[in-house]
Amino acid sequence: MSVLAHVFEAAGIATVVLSSVREMAEKTAPPRALHCEFPLGRPLGRPGDAAFQHDVLARAFALLSLPSGPVLVDHPEVIEADESPLSCTLPPRFDPSLPPAVDEARGLRRAYDRALARRGVTSVGRVIDADGVPGALAVLHAIAEGADWKDAGIPGGNTTAVCHDIRTYYEEAALELADGPVPGGRAVEDWYFEQTEAGATVLKARAAIRDGGGKFPVWFYMTPGQR
Amino acid sequence: MNGDQAMRAHSATLPSPVFEHPAWVTPPPLTRSTVAIVTSAALYAAGDEAFGAADTGYRLIDRDRRDLVLGHWSPNFDRAGVAVDLNVVYPIDRLEELAAAGTIGGVAPRHVSFAGNQPDDVSTIRLDSGPAAAAALRADGVDVVILTPV
Repeated sequence: MSVLAHVFEAAGIATVVLSSVREMAEKTAPPRALHCEFPLGRPLGRPGDAAFQHDVLARAFALLSLPSGPVLVDHPEVIEADESPLSCTLPPRFDPSLPPAVDEARGLRRAYDRALARRGVTSVGRVIDADGVPGALAVLHAIAEGADWKDAGIPGGNTTAVCHDIRTYYEEAALELADGPVPGGRAVEDWYFEQTEAGATVLKARAAIRDGGGKFPVWFYMTPGQR
Repeated sequence: MNGDQAMRAHSATLPSPVFEHPAWVTPPPLTRSTVAIVTSAALYAAGDEAFGAADTGYRLIDRDRRDLVLGHWSPNFDRAGVAVDLNVVYPIDRLEELAAAGTIGGVAPRHVSFAGNQPDDVSTIRLDSGPAAAAALRADGVDVVILTPV
């Protein structure tokens, strides 16, 4: 973002960056930056809170009246990521002949469909659509149980993309099922990796691919780096 | 160290280009400025070209589109916030409100999205796709951009 600020400014457009990594803003020194210590992925801070978002924009736009730069100012509020998993009920076991994650994904389909109908758009679809999620989890289950990952039939041949689609399917369904306020940053991620069969399956398959000689990019980006 | 702390610590170590002679533009008063959003969330309008894993290009988003797909390839940030409220990454409704209130002069007809996970030398966005996107916004009469990172 800070690099793009320099590029746009050089083209004759005044810029303000909402910085998310202060050290990077210090090094790259864009003309105007408001550092926002908010959860990554939420540069305006609070979903569903128009007043807070307006406060962020007002502080950012105020920098446009300064006569010279570079200027780097901190938003006064710090919002920590929520490290406690979202409270979201999972479907009960329905078909014990299926791997648990496959059964679970099937059980979430109605919630996912409701989310899609309400939002009108989904970010599932990089290599599989919602119909492909149970099958993709069956492949990852087989890898976790010892099948050779190279011959397992990973959809699209792309572990990062298929894991993105599975996780997004779950997260979009979870937001439809969960009650209460908007979950904090990382709360839905924590729910997925710590409480769902799918998350556990992805973590096991990732370890199996790593231990089975998969190159770093093949397994590492299946989950967030800290996992 | 939680996930955000780990990512911030990692990002702080990434190389950064030095701009020896940075440009500085004094915009018109905000009440007369046309404002656009430039995000690195790899958002794109449904039906438009998806972002590839090492995509150095950009997508233009028409002002009235809200059916946006999150095309970012990194698994290392929260995605639930933008699924709940697009404005937490792409504050288009907030800009419309500011324009209606007269706080800004207007909302740009098109906005810009890049992918945040760029090659370390960032040479393409610096020398090619970035200037091209800026030229598109200049052609639309944009005076100010707010850049939102993911």
